[in-house]
Amino acid sequence: MIEIENVHKSFGSLKVLKGIDLTVAKGEVVSVIGGSGSGKSTLLTCINGLEPVDSGRILVEGVEVHARSTDLNKLRRKIGIVFQQFNAFPHLTVLENVTLAPRKVKGMSKREAEEIAVKQLDHVGLGDKKSVYPSRLSGGQQQRMAIARALAMSPGYMLFDEVTSALDPQLVGEVLDTLKLLADDGMTMICVTHEMGFARDVSDRVAFFDQGVMAEIGPPEQIFGDAKNEATRKFLSSVR
Amino acid sequence: MFETSLTLNDLMFMLKGAGVTLMVTFFAVTGGTLMGLAFGVIRAQFKPWVTLPLAFVLDIFRSVPLLIQLILANAFQAIAGYGISPFVTSCIVLALYTAAYCTEIVRGAIAAVPAVTRRAARSLGLTWRQDMTQVVFPMALRVALPSWIGLTLGVMKDSALVLWLGIIELLRASQILVTRLQEPMFILLVAGAIYFVLSFPIARLGAQLEKRWKEND
Repeated sequence: MIEIENVHKSFGSLKVLKGIDLTVAKGEVVSVIGGSGSGKSTLLTCINGLEPVDSGRILVEGVEVHARSTDLNKLRRKIGIVFQQFNAFPHLTVLENVTLAPRKVKGMSKREAEEIAVKQLDHVGLGDKKSVYPSRLSGGQQQRMAIARALAMSPGYMLFDEVTSALDPQLVGEVLDTLKLLADDGMTMICVTHEMGFARDVSDRVAFFDQGVMAEIGPPEQIFGDAKNEATRKFLSSVR
Repeated sequence: MFETSLTLNDLMFMLKGAGVTLMVTFFAVTGGTLMGLAFGVIRAQFKPWVTLPLAFVLDIFRSVPLLIQLILANAFQAIAGYGISPFVTSCIVLALYTAAYCTEIVRGAIAAVPAVTRRAARSLGLTWRQDMTQVVFPMALRVALPSWIGLTLGVMKDSALVLWLGIIELLRASQILVTRLQEPMFILLVAGAIYFVLSFPIARLGAQLEKRWKEND
């Protein structure tokens, strides 16, 4: 379970998160929507400790992410994150990209790590690209590789930060299909997304962020069919 | 018909000088690269004001002509009575000179690794050290190599200046022969050819590595 309690976060004088409360249960898929600058992505980077918070706390399976005593490198094994920008390690083949963390962080043998990597690459449909370098992959393939790389650590939670935003429109589908597969497998996911169709079809709950505040959260039918909040309605009518 | 008084013995004398050139270059580049790596990482990781004193000292080594550095260092160690040989003094000064340039090469190459790539590495649970050794260094190496090869070749040629401390390296050996045989054109041509033979493999090695890496990009 991920518990976010009254989290505040600023960059200099810019308040990005203004008291966020959110609990994500095991197996739940929560989509976070909202305009740019609403704090959606910052929340994800706070959840796995890439950014510190100013106040409030975030607990992942009861472990407080920003507590001094927390070993972040250990905690991050449980939380996979995929970013908007493609960030393959260009000097490693696809297979090596995926086996790096299991080998170095979990201390797995090369064979063990490769078994897992091959399974994950097959899962995201890149089974035939194992020995190529990332530069030979399309954007969509690179994103799927990043997903396989995160999954190879067998995380309990996956965070997706606008993973389709930098893709050509015709490549968006293949990545969303991969996310749907994951959701069907019962993975706990928080997806920051601009893909309203995906948010509606796959999520258990949809949260709307507006200027650092979670303005509304609810089941997709309610958010897309009968939003209570004026800002939510306005946002949805602008993106439709 | 071309004639020369240069004997095989003289040529051996020049090659011995070339050996000294190679040795000075080897020690200077090895020491300078190790220091440059350490300083470069420090410069890349810490805020600029923290590393200001280091940057200032390195700037001195980059700005003062090498010849002045060599002569001053040698004079200083003589006055202080350290009893360090001119060869060791030369290697130390050249190593510091190399380190000053290498630091900037390393700093620039580390800065060229995209922040998002490093963030991805850390988000997978890699420690700072693992991020450095597994992701940053291999990526930075590709950026740094051409400049580093250039620096190494430059240091090899600059090492000729150690002749001012009385070390008989390739250029000094050639000078001695020029004075004796009075054939400056031919002897300098031979010296130039030897410098080229020393440099060529290093330049080729760099080109080979770049080509191999490029196939992956």
